[in-house]
Amino acid sequence: MFPANFAYVAARSIEEALQLMAQHGEDGKLLAGGHSLIPAMKLRLQSPQTLIDLGTVPGLRGVSVDGNSLVIGALTVHADVASSDLVRKHVPALAEAAAVIGDVQVRNRGTIGGSVAHADPAADFPVVLTALNASLVAQSASGKRAIGVDDFFTDFYTTALNTSEILTEIRVPIPIAGTGTAYVKLPHPASGYVVVSAAAVITRRASGSCTASRIAIGGLGSGPARAIATELELQGKPLTTQTIAAAAAKAAEETDPVEDSYAGAEYKRHVATVYARKAIETAVERAAK
Amino acid sequence: MAAEPQFAALPVSITVNGVKHDALVEPRTLLVYFLREQLNLTGTHVGCDTSQCGACTVHLNGRAVKSCTVLAVQANGAEVKTIEGLADGDNFHPVQEGFREKHGLQCGYCTPGMIMTAVHLLETNPNPNDDEIKHALEGNLCRCTGYVNIVESIKWAAEKMKGGAKQ
Repeated sequence: MFPANFAYVAARSIEEALQLMAQHGEDGKLLAGGHSLIPAMKLRLQSPQTLIDLGTVPGLRGVSVDGNSLVIGALTVHADVASSDLVRKHVPALAEAAAVIGDVQVRNRGTIGGSVAHADPAADFPVVLTALNASLVAQSASGKRAIGVDDFFTDFYTTALNTSEILTEIRVPIPIAGTGTAYVKLPHPASGYVVVSAAAVITRRASGSCTASRIAIGGLGSGPARAIATELELQGKPLTTQTIAAAAAKAAEETDPVEDSYAGAEYKRHVATVYARKAIETAVERAAK
Repeated sequence: MAAEPQFAALPVSITVNGVKHDALVEPRTLLVYFLREQLNLTGTHVGCDTSQCGACTVHLNGRAVKSCTVLAVQANGAEVKTIEGLADGDNFHPVQEGFREKHGLQCGYCTPGMIMTAVHLLETNPNPNDDEIKHALEGNLCRCTGYVNIVESIKWAAEKMKGGAKQ
């Protein structure tokens, strides 16, 4: 299989890539690792006239700390997110999500920025980044803006990025002491994509009660969904098996799962409650350490 | 119907198995076809052609990747290693030997990809347990063997590589 013909330009800087985007308009498409775009082009689901490669732009890879945030360059590959000591130390949920994407070869090539900007409803990063309350930094000719994750994923394969912006980095607030994070996933056995997944970020007081939480569920709709009812249910409660189970039971309340050929809506709703419980329990365990 | 627009081939410089190749490639040429059809390195196979099966696995700058999902232009300036680059003269790489010793193949179609993934695994984890080997092979499909002998082959290779020149 071959993609339709296209022109290829290796951008040498963000500024040059922005200029090329302005020049090519809707006929241009940004290329990161290409692990969503190239398969789509081979199937002729997408046929851009010009690919603007960000893989040749220096400075977009790697993980660093800036104040209270972990900063992940948009071109950082999944394998490097999964193995990063900084990620594993501060936000193990993010490493967990990166480690279960696709397979070894895909993780060696696919990038976090590409995955996030592609906004596949069955992707892992959108879910875990939602629970982590990440910001997505977009650069345009007029400067940079940080988009909160709750405003970022707007529909199936659609984000708040506009056509004159490039996603350059993902900023994850480093959780305060007493916080645990976890990501769990029911993968489709053949494709590895999310059937249902859950991410939890839980802050636990020394007394054992929950002072803050963010829970996100994937696989149920057009993108990651906050489980607000679960978060409210946990607020101020002692984090016991019973309270966690009661809160997790509400994980699918605000969602209207999309039935697909793998799983029915009722099944997905049920799995969401089970996986929410698993994610919360693991996050609470980690918070206690 | 209007003819599809044509786009000029681009110059690339890609080092494959230690040999630098300056070539012209169409932007849409996939790395696997560059290797097979322009360089005649047909050891790398095209299986599913949809990023699933791993038959096309090669190393790109030292990492296992699926060459059906990489554009040749993306490999400009990079180092590629294929199955043809593993043996040292007449001496097989220990992973190649392992597949022979433990009969880690039947039809052999998936074998180049399996071996390239296994070499990458042993370079990053010289002492993997069975679970780690199976996990590493998630992106490589074999329709013949049931994987049992493939795992045995990789374990054999890990032992051999640990033993150095002893065996």
